[in-house]
Amino acid sequence: MSKEGYAVEGRQRDIDFHLPGNQPEMTPDETRLRVEELRAYYGKSLAVNNVTLSIKTKKVTAIIGPSGCGKSTFIRCLNRMHEVTPGARVEGKVLLDGGDLYGSGIDPVEVRRRVGMVFQKPNPFPTMSIYDNVAAGFKLNGSRDRRIIEDKVEKSLKMAALWEEVRSDLHKPGTSLSGGQQQRLCIARALAVDPEVLLMDEPCSALDPIATAKIEELIHELKDSVTIVIVTHNMQQAARVSDYTAFFYLGELVEFGATGDIFTTPEKRQTEDYITGRFG
Amino acid sequence: MAGNTLYGAGTGASRQHYLYRKGIEWLAWIGMLFCTGVTVFILLMILGYVLYQGASYINWEFLTALPLPAGETGGGIANALVGSAMVVVVATLMAVPIGVGAAIFVNEFPSAQLGRFVRFLAEVLTGVPSIVVGLFAYALVVRPLGSFSGLSGSVAYAFIMIPIILITAHEAFRLVPVSLREASLALGIPKWRTILWVVLPVSSRALLTGVVLAIARALGEAAPMLFTAFGNPFWNLNLKKPIATVPLLIYTYATGPYEDWHRKAWAASFVLLMVVLVTSVLTRVFLRGKSNE
Repeated sequence: MSKEGYAVEGRQRDIDFHLPGNQPEMTPDETRLRVEELRAYYGKSLAVNNVTLSIKTKKVTAIIGPSGCGKSTFIRCLNRMHEVTPGARVEGKVLLDGGDLYGSGIDPVEVRRRVGMVFQKPNPFPTMSIYDNVAAGFKLNGSRDRRIIEDKVEKSLKMAALWEEVRSDLHKPGTSLSGGQQQRLCIARALAVDPEVLLMDEPCSALDPIATAKIEELIHELKDSVTIVIVTHNMQQAARVSDYTAFFYLGELVEFGATGDIFTTPEKRQTEDYITGRFG
Repeated sequence: MAGNTLYGAGTGASRQHYLYRKGIEWLAWIGMLFCTGVTVFILLMILGYVLYQGASYINWEFLTALPLPAGETGGGIANALVGSAMVVVVATLMAVPIGVGAAIFVNEFPSAQLGRFVRFLAEVLTGVPSIVVGLFAYALVVRPLGSFSGLSGSVAYAFIMIPIILITAHEAFRLVPVSLREASLALGIPKWRTILWVVLPVSSRALLTGVVLAIARALGEAAPMLFTAFGNPFWNLNLKKPIATVPLLIYTYATGPYEDWHRKAWAASFVLLMVVLVTSVLTRVFLRGKSNE
């Protein structure tokens, strides 16, 4: 992969930004999530070391880096899923619109409703229908009105670009769908809770290229309404879908900046070596 | 050359070693076949012998009539069938929530050491002789209430069932993929709802199997009934009074002095065996049907 290729991608993205209606009434670079001196541990081993960065509202931020660099651990800290693993703990701050997710008295359950997550492998609930999968999280936020839930399911499936494919099969099990459809079902399920931020942990790594392309297209559409953080080990994907890119190596944030800059004129030697395929 | 020795067509030492290994494999195969044969043979012998001894004595009257006084021919075991069913149903109602609840605790709230300890205790409890369980239920329920009763029998059965249910439920919960729990938690679904909505439904088949296993085990136990349900030659639907159960009736009849009683003990054994077999088979068929949905 040549640097010139990314330069083209970067320029195209710049043009996209200025299309009218793309970001209505939103200053382009408002911060939604501010991570300060974040450290994440598994028992005694340090997986993420002293990461500070800002994730911008309604932009796509890609986290790249070689396997084991702490990128998955990092995004699991952003919705307090890291601490679900026995022995895992977190130090530092994650500010969502200024409020610390790790502040005292903050309920992780509440955090996860505001910061949704899509996992590496599609994981629809096997005992639930497509409809129930999407409704699962939404039902908890109060409304028991069937029509409201139905509307929400339809809206979420439309946002996840799955509605046309499943509208007549809503009561079939979620696991009856293909892998790519299952992953979009999981995205619909996460969107139904109306998260402010959507975390995606290598959402395409278990999918074929066609399903991957669909998810990437979807990410482009979703960023109009939600802030997205996506972990990927695929650099082309990061270049295609993201506005900002963070490069992680050995648990540390090496470089963070606009995707175009990272892929064309990286400041750090390590970043350049990684994106040009010299290691990783 | 290497290819030749691999297929045993070599000469000399390598050929000899190949034959030696083949011989060992053959011996092992024969040994395992023998062990399997013995296991199947025992099961078939029990089934066949009970069938042979008991089946001829089974008729409508045997299943629907009350026992007659010793010495008179005829009569049946209807009261024991109903009694067993009642005692086991009540025991199941007690054991399932406790066993499953404890399994949830052990699996989902692993203050790891406490969880492991509880699991260990459950394993020990499965090994406690059932007569001891009966004595314990006697001290716990019969003595304070002042009378033998079906209820005390249910308590004794529940003690036998709880550890079985706990262990099978724990194994079932362990098989629920972490990814599903995480999917639920990441939606902002609280832990208790995740357990109720995701973990329990996903493991329901294995849970049901465990419950049936526990019921089958309890149904056949006579020893815990000796000091609890006690037995009763008459109709009784009151769990606060002594009640007849099939295994205890088999014990009484088999150790009694009358030839007619011995026949009835065989017949009752056959009925008991059939109930357990049919329950297990039906459960399996039901579960298979469900998995094809």
